[in-house]
Amino acid sequence: MTLHNIKLTVNGLPVEAAVDDRLTLADFLRHQLNLTGTHIGCEHGVCGACTILVDNVSARSCLMLAVQTDGLAVRTVEGLQATDGTLHPLQAAFRDNHGLQCGYCTPGMLMTLVEFLGENPQPSAADVREAISGNLCRCTGYQRIVESALDAAKRLNEQEP
Amino acid sequence: MKPPPFAYHSATSIPEAIQLLSKLENAKLLAGGQSLMAMLNLRYLHPENLVDINRIPELSGITIDQGRLRIGAMTRQQAIKASAEVKAAAPIFAETLAYVGHRQTRNRGTIGGSLCHLDPAAELPALALLHDAMVTVAGPRGERKIEMAAFIVDYMTTAVQADELVTLIEFPLWRAGHGYGFAEFARRHGDFAIAAVACLMESDSEGRMTRVAISVAGVAATAIRLTAAEAALIGKVAGPEAFAAAAACCADIAAVGDVHGSAEYRKKVAAVMLRRALTDAQSRMAKNG
Amino acid sequence: MSVMGKSVRRIEDVPLITGKGRFVDDVRAPGVLHGAFLRSSQAHAKIQRIDATAAKAMPGVHAVLLLDDILPVMTRRRMMGGNRSGKLPETLIPTALAEDEVCFAGQPIALVIADSRYLAEDAAERIEVDYEPLPAVSDCRRGIGESSPSVQTAIKSNLITSYDVGYGDVEAAFKNATHVFGDTFSQHRGGGHSIEGRGMLVEYSSGSFTVWASTQKPHDLYQMLVDLLELDENQLRVITPDVGGGFGPKLIVYPEDIALAAAAKLLKRSVKWTEDRREHFLGAIQERDQYWTMEIATDSEGLILGLRGKLLHDLGAYAYQDVNLPYNSATSVSGPYIVPAYAMTVEVGLTNKVPVSSVRGAGYPQPAFVMERLMDRIARELGLDRAEVRRRNIIPVDQMPYEKPLKARSGAAIVYDSGDYLACQAEILAVADWDGFPARQAAARKDGRYIGIGMANAVKGTGRGPFESGMVRISASGRISIYTGATAMGQGLATALAQICADQFGVEADDVTVVAGDTAMIPLGLGGFASRQLVTAGSSVLLASRATATKAKTLAGHILGVAAEDLEIVQGDVKIIAAKQLVVDKKKPQSISLGELSRILRGAPGYAFPEGLEPGLEATFHFRTDALAYANATHVVEVEVDPEIGEVKILRYIALQDSGRLINPVIVDGQVHGGIAHGISNALFEWMGYDENAQPVTTTFAEYLLPTAMEIPPFETLYKESPSPINPLGVKGAGEVGTIPVTAAIASAIEDALTPFGVRVLHAPINPEQLLEMIEEGSKKQRPS
Repeated sequence: MTLHNIKLTVNGLPVEAAVDDRLTLADFLRHQLNLTGTHIGCEHGVCGACTILVDNVSARSCLMLAVQTDGLAVRTVEGLQATDGTLHPLQAAFRDNHGLQCGYCTPGMLMTLVEFLGENPQPSAADVREAISGNLCRCTGYQRIVESALDAAKRLNEQEP
Repeated sequence: MKPPPFAYHSATSIPEAIQLLSKLENAKLLAGGQSLMAMLNLRYLHPENLVDINRIPELSGITIDQGRLRIGAMTRQQAIKASAEVKAAAPIFAETLAYVGHRQTRNRGTIGGSLCHLDPAAELPALALLHDAMVTVAGPRGERKIEMAAFIVDYMTTAVQADELVTLIEFPLWRAGHGYGFAEFARRHGDFAIAAVACLMESDSEGRMTRVAISVAGVAATAIRLTAAEAALIGKVAGPEAFAAAAACCADIAAVGDVHGSAEYRKKVAAVMLRRALTDAQSRMAKNG
Repeated sequence: MSVMGKSVRRIEDVPLITGKGRFVDDVRAPGVLHGAFLRSSQAHAKIQRIDATAAKAMPGVHAVLLLDDILPVMTRRRMMGGNRSGKLPETLIPTALAEDEVCFAGQPIALVIADSRYLAEDAAERIEVDYEPLPAVSDCRRGIGESSPSVQTAIKSNLITSYDVGYGDVEAAFKNATHVFGDTFSQHRGGGHSIEGRGMLVEYSSGSFTVWASTQKPHDLYQMLVDLLELDENQLRVITPDVGGGFGPKLIVYPEDIALAAAAKLLKRSVKWTEDRREHFLGAIQERDQYWTMEIATDSEGLILGLRGKLLHDLGAYAYQDVNLPYNSATSVSGPYIVPAYAMTVEVGLTNKVPVSSVRGAGYPQPAFVMERLMDRIARELGLDRAEVRRRNIIPVDQMPYEKPLKARSGAAIVYDSGDYLACQAEILAVADWDGFPARQAAARKDGRYIGIGMANAVKGTGRGPFESGMVRISASGRISIYTGATAMGQGLATALAQICADQFGVEADDVTVVAGDTAMIPLGLGGFASRQLVTAGSSVLLASRATATKAKTLAGHILGVAAEDLEIVQGDVKIIAAKQLVVDKKKPQSISLGELSRILRGAPGYAFPEGLEPGLEATFHFRTDALAYANATHVVEVEVDPEIGEVKILRYIALQDSGRLINPVIVDGQVHGGIAHGISNALFEWMGYDENAQPVTTTFAEYLLPTAMEIPPFETLYKESPSPINPLGVKGAGEVGTIPVTAAIASAIEDALTPFGVRVLHAPINPEQLLEMIEEGSKKQRPS
């Protein structure tokens, strides 16, 4: 086993770390950086709970190695809130529309939707359903997540000048 | 579960990757990792070495020239799906890629990775087979080109040697305005198919089919071409009667069953998907050309 | 202004949406070691030899523990000391790690403790086990046969118990019936599959243990650990952090939990184990395997005269807790209908599979499926509308409360406390345009589309007792806190309890802190299961809030010189009600804060204490109940079946639920949505497969299908509020009710869509391949070649 020195940014802040060959990105974020908002639900790439953004595109952090993020920009749920504490419009929409129950799948849903709404400012409910089809939720039956996403789209559009 | 121990190596050029593969014992290539990492996490595999080829820029890219669509092996599935050039020249790609996993896996997953993994129900090997794609493989003995039909050896087995890597996949393009259809049934959106059928079609001014290609995923041990059905269609007028006859060929597929569907069921679904894919192809061909 | 009955935003949400939730695997403990289990690869085998030499020698490995290694720190070999559900063979109660026989694939054999989970798994792979395979039982129906091999060699018959449930003269009912219809039904097992798995962290500090567990029953875990590890109560604290979903499996104290805690005691180290998904498939309880052979007798008008049959319940390989699901099933099958005579034989059989206990619905979805399918059968045979047959047999509102001549497992009579089932059915059918569907169906069929509509009713006993704890305490800062043994697994329990409490103090829900499932803060509790928490803990919190408010007013009255009745509590201050004063003396204080009252009631050394009041601005209640509050639901679903491939698509889903008074409607709506989704998943997707040798064949989320947002349709939900008379809030449970009628309703709709093929849906899950076979069978009969 070798330790690899990596430099990356996480939520905009520079991070330097030494990581094992086989350390998954999810475990690195959770246990080495203590960013436990990224959750692990299956570790075989199906449930989507560990979804984060790597260089602005969504990825399953259980299916990447920490060492692979050398030089890249990682964004997690902890990076959504503004520095003054203002919730991201998606977070606010989830809160106002009962978009979560146990909250375990929620960070993955949020990160998936950050990417999706960035590309699709005016989605239909069906578009949202397809977008989150790689994220399993056992609590909500998805409906209020879909409603939250649609509400978030509206809020984001209103934010735009 | 956590992956078993291995040594991680990152290659920054094709020669370096080949060198690492040649030198290292029991090494696996890490492409997009969307299948490999899951298998490692489940400890289905215990490689001693992992050679990461994500930092080799020349392995990625899409170009179209002289009637050929050339896709670098490490091109992400999402990049192919989103490419306007690909959509214009070979619209079946975008349509098919909508069925490949989910956005998060397409962002990482690569075309070369999918071809090398060769899951029998994967869509991309079926597309490559459909187009008679040519796969370029680089190794210590130089470069070689393998026709897709020969690239597929057996269940999850390719013609790529342990010290080689796929660098490029070339798809001969069909005439502008060709018909295309892709139909798939999976239990859930994004799952590997129970049966998926891709087809391409060209016809003459009377509506007689002059050129047809059909490939099937999810039914046999590998993606297959349905040559009998193709032959049955050539010269026939495109329409329900001809398509029904072609669909009957699905009964002869050497099908393999699993927990999601028996061999018999998969053949039946394939026949239905074939009819639907051909019907789509016909309607699009009529519209386009 | 009251916050009761309002869809206020949840107080739980901000940490959860900002990544600051704290789930068990997020809790950091200095110097913690990590556990991984070696699990049986065999469904049934004798263990001849275990060699852990190589594993123990691996870097970072602290221990490889077998049963004999942990027994010295335990009081007992087996996990439970007897059980309440009758005499069962002793070896049904599991040991924390396997003895010399393993009885299901996935059973924990050894626990590796290492510096990291990675290293622990490496070592677990290196443990050598020599198995002598024994014949395994995969199918419970064959397993109870005389010639079947034993599931456990110590238990000769796999039919471990059998009993009768019923009432009335069933023989006569069937003799006098105009019609008798019989069918056999089955439902297959699935898992809980909360997206967060199980998990436990045991922090060790000089002989004391703080256990963080993702559990539905922290007090049960606490009692079991105190008992099995021979601890003083003050040596142990169990804390429930955020729980990423429960759905049943987390109500069990598992062998893994005991083994891990024993390891901490043995090694005097903090240890952690986080269940991974594969382990959830192999080790967390599953449910639904039941086989029903039923007959129903009716008169010429379709009125039910009698119901009889046999139920075989597959328990798996061990009893992880009292065996009560088949009793739930057998006593709930008649649902909302009047069944004058009833006789069931219940059999409980073993298989070499993961043990069975409650998964959302807990023995209710299967009987609902059976009964509702029988109602459809009557309708078809008699040429009646399916809704009409139900209407004729449903318990009318003027017979409420309605007593079924059966006993719940508390021994209390089964009394449906309230509800207007007929009105519920009528309302949802109107919304669904049930009567207009045949015309829509005929039009669709002309286009070659097979659409169908189905319905199902359900009744669920909720709020299982005997009690739940609720303490309300106001701090010197004036902050109001609730402590309860109820457990939050995502339902929004904290918000609902906060609303109940806030109402008494004139504050908002987020002014109240809720601590659920911390044994150091509240000594007694039962936890989260059986759709019970709002009924039981909610009632306790209401009573404790009222008592605390009364205490505050009494003391404030002394201080302000007015009667307690002349005071109100507004935004955390006790104030003299303006209208009660003729003249306002501006020199006299008009109000006093709750914080000040709390400080007074904490006492000051040597100073006088208000007379007639107990110290502390707080109150604790344990709302006691043996009776259940019966919630009900009617669901209507429209489906389209692709007859060429057997695919079922849900076109419209409507649910009407009566969960009594709603404290927070949007939270209840969320529970109903989740319940329906679980039901759809059971009906069409989830299939925990085992081969003939009881080897599991679906152990990843790629093989075991949980539906995505693409498969789950949008829901339309309707509510009725028939207050329950048996608790002070008038509430009924919500969490499981939405699951119960779903499979039945979908089956009904599929049959309706496929009427031309005469398809009958008697088994669930309904998979496309089997459906296609039935369609093909039906076409053959239709057009003989």
